[in-house]
Amino acid sequence: MAATQTPVPLFTVRSSSQVFHCPARTHPLHFASNFSKFAKASLSLRQSRIKNLTTPRATPSSSSPPTTFHGQCYVLGDNIDTDQIIPAEHLTLVPSNPNEYRKLGSFSFSGLPTSLYPIPFIQPGTDSTQYPIIIAGANFGCGSSREHAPVALGAAGVRAVVAESYARIFFRNSVATGEVYPIELEQEGVNKQCTTGDIVTVDLERNVFINHTKGKEFVLKPIGDAGPVIDAGGIFAYARKTGMISSVV
Amino acid sequence: MATTVVPPHAAFFGAKKEIGARSSFSPSISAHRCRKHFLNKVLAVMAPAQPSRAPATTGSVKHGMTMTEKILAKSSDKSKLEPGENIWVNIDVLMTHDVCGPGTIGIFKKEFGKNAKVWDREKIVIIPDHYIFTSDERANRNVDIIRDFALEQNIKYFYDIKDLSNFKVNPDYKGVCHVALAQEGHCRPGEVLLGTDSHTCNAGAFGQFATGIGNTDAGFVMGTGKLLLKVPPTMRFVLDGEMPHYLLAKDLILQIIGEITVAGATYKSMEFVGSTVESLNMEERMTLCNMVVEAGGKNGVVPPDETTFKYLEGKTSVNYEPVYSDESAKFISEYRFDVSKLEPVVAKPHSPDNRALARECKDVKIDRVYIGSCTGGKTEDFMAAAKVFLASGKKVKVPTFLVPATQKVWIDLYSLPVPGSGGKTCSQIFEEAGCDTPASPSCGACLGGPRDTYARMNEPMVCVSTTNRNFPGRMGHKEGQIYLASPYTAAASALTGYVTDPREFLP
Repeated sequence: MAATQTPVPLFTVRSSSQVFHCPARTHPLHFASNFSKFAKASLSLRQSRIKNLTTPRATPSSSSPPTTFHGQCYVLGDNIDTDQIIPAEHLTLVPSNPNEYRKLGSFSFSGLPTSLYPIPFIQPGTDSTQYPIIIAGANFGCGSSREHAPVALGAAGVRAVVAESYARIFFRNSVATGEVYPIELEQEGVNKQCTTGDIVTVDLERNVFINHTKGKEFVLKPIGDAGPVIDAGGIFAYARKTGMISSVV
Repeated sequence: MATTVVPPHAAFFGAKKEIGARSSFSPSISAHRCRKHFLNKVLAVMAPAQPSRAPATTGSVKHGMTMTEKILAKSSDKSKLEPGENIWVNIDVLMTHDVCGPGTIGIFKKEFGKNAKVWDREKIVIIPDHYIFTSDERANRNVDIIRDFALEQNIKYFYDIKDLSNFKVNPDYKGVCHVALAQEGHCRPGEVLLGTDSHTCNAGAFGQFATGIGNTDAGFVMGTGKLLLKVPPTMRFVLDGEMPHYLLAKDLILQIIGEITVAGATYKSMEFVGSTVESLNMEERMTLCNMVVEAGGKNGVVPPDETTFKYLEGKTSVNYEPVYSDESAKFISEYRFDVSKLEPVVAKPHSPDNRALARECKDVKIDRVYIGSCTGGKTEDFMAAAKVFLASGKKVKVPTFLVPATQKVWIDLYSLPVPGSGGKTCSQIFEEAGCDTPASPSCGACLGGPRDTYARMNEPMVCVSTTNRNFPGRMGHKEGQIYLASPYTAAASALTGYVTDPREFLP
């Protein structure tokens, strides 16, 4: 990164009213691991190991979804399938088990061919990523129905994927779990205009994606039918909200 | 239905557009000639996508429904629905296995309570099949987890395995979930089947709505028996013409995926009709529907007929009601293929849509052949491979791994006579050809799996496989190269040590 650039806060600190609402899982260990990630943002862009400042993934009492995501991006091409996102040998890890959830995250994108993607998504020796935002091409998440895919990304610290288009099961699983926010771009080839490490902002209120490093702005597609489910906090919360299942467990 | 408009980029089966001139067979026809000869030679026609009209602008909906729309309408207690609608659907069967079962169970218990009961103990089928014959502790533990749950919930259909050293001593164990679902009579026309596996679309061969879902959705179904689904529009694939003796359903679906790409059917239903489809047996129809997901498809369907009903005889006592697309149903696009003009194809590394003619890959040296999986490890698949070995009479030049999908398939290999062999079984023919002994039935190395999985690719090598995906690292090693092929092509390739068109051996 250029030494002359003005240091930019790498992550916006989320006010308590803007937390991402996810399926009503009461998972003490899950929340604890997220709150512990609430480290101070590093203002030095020359620092190679940047602490992940993320919003808490879910709080039962919160009401509105987040409107912005900000940080370094990791850039991918087309047709990134689930085997590249989380190789099948790691599927013995059970996502609903807190210890194994974290381990799953540490293997995110370990299936990417190193010849095409020389920059590791997760630094060796760590279990989470410094890239909270993924920029991808078409058909992201194709292949298997394994929910381990969006879960691994979420566990690693990814907050949003901004892709040209998605494979349907991956998109559905992202929405159902609330692990990553699946966002679509209006135009093609945006990933070709971004480089891993660029500082970006995803603004869901204005529906724009801004690459600060490259000085470019792109339009996002509105979330569509999945909106009410995401806003409610996942399929279970949506079903409770619409009366499909009772709230009393 | 087909329109008279042939877009300049009309799909031509068989010949790639850029090598059309060199091909020695007929479909190397330019777009211009195609338009001229349109009425005589329908190669592939794509109807322009119909813009959807809001009901308010047209009064009552005047067109009929496709098979998929009808099944979803029936299962959501609606008399009519349109693609794009989000509806709550009643689920007839939910399937899960050892990889996604534990996660699904975890979510079910978290959301409904640890003492919650599943919505219907007879509608959940739990099938361990993915990581079974391994010493990986977590994999073994995952089978224990689904067993504990099956016992706790008194799940009627749990195909358990306890003794990993000998699959035959486990009377309940079946093997690969999608083949087991079919063989055990859980696939029925008109029903809705969901599974925590992308190849659940395999069951569409029975004229039902079948698709893959994740753990969270499955946990939801476990508790409620319902799921919120979006109605997909349907793409129609009309396959006509007599099936050449050197082609299998795998060639047909690879042809189609190569045509429309890995995202060509995203959020859509793929309906397979035509005289060729009608001539296919159930296992071949399953191969066709199995790879719908590789084109991004939500589900695949084949209209049920006598072949379907005959297959189901004695397998299920549940009443079923087949549904069929209305004459006036609207399809988002239609592709027509004259199957008699197609040739064996492969999908080259690293994408299922990277289609090429098998004969044009004859210089590709290979290191091994793998015949197995839900896509290519059924009885008919092994029979096909055996036919090629029989016709050749020679031995394979590379290690050839055989992994029957289920116990039933394994038994067939050792008991059914191969036509034209004078009474030999597949297993005898495989032995004479120098193949590996048929392995314990499971998903095996189709998706790599734990390091000690039989036939896993642990070093970079080139493999011809009858499986369904060849993305980087699919069978284990990131630099491995996988050529997806039909059982005929796989067997032929094993005999030469190169990717080989099966016509080299089949008379």
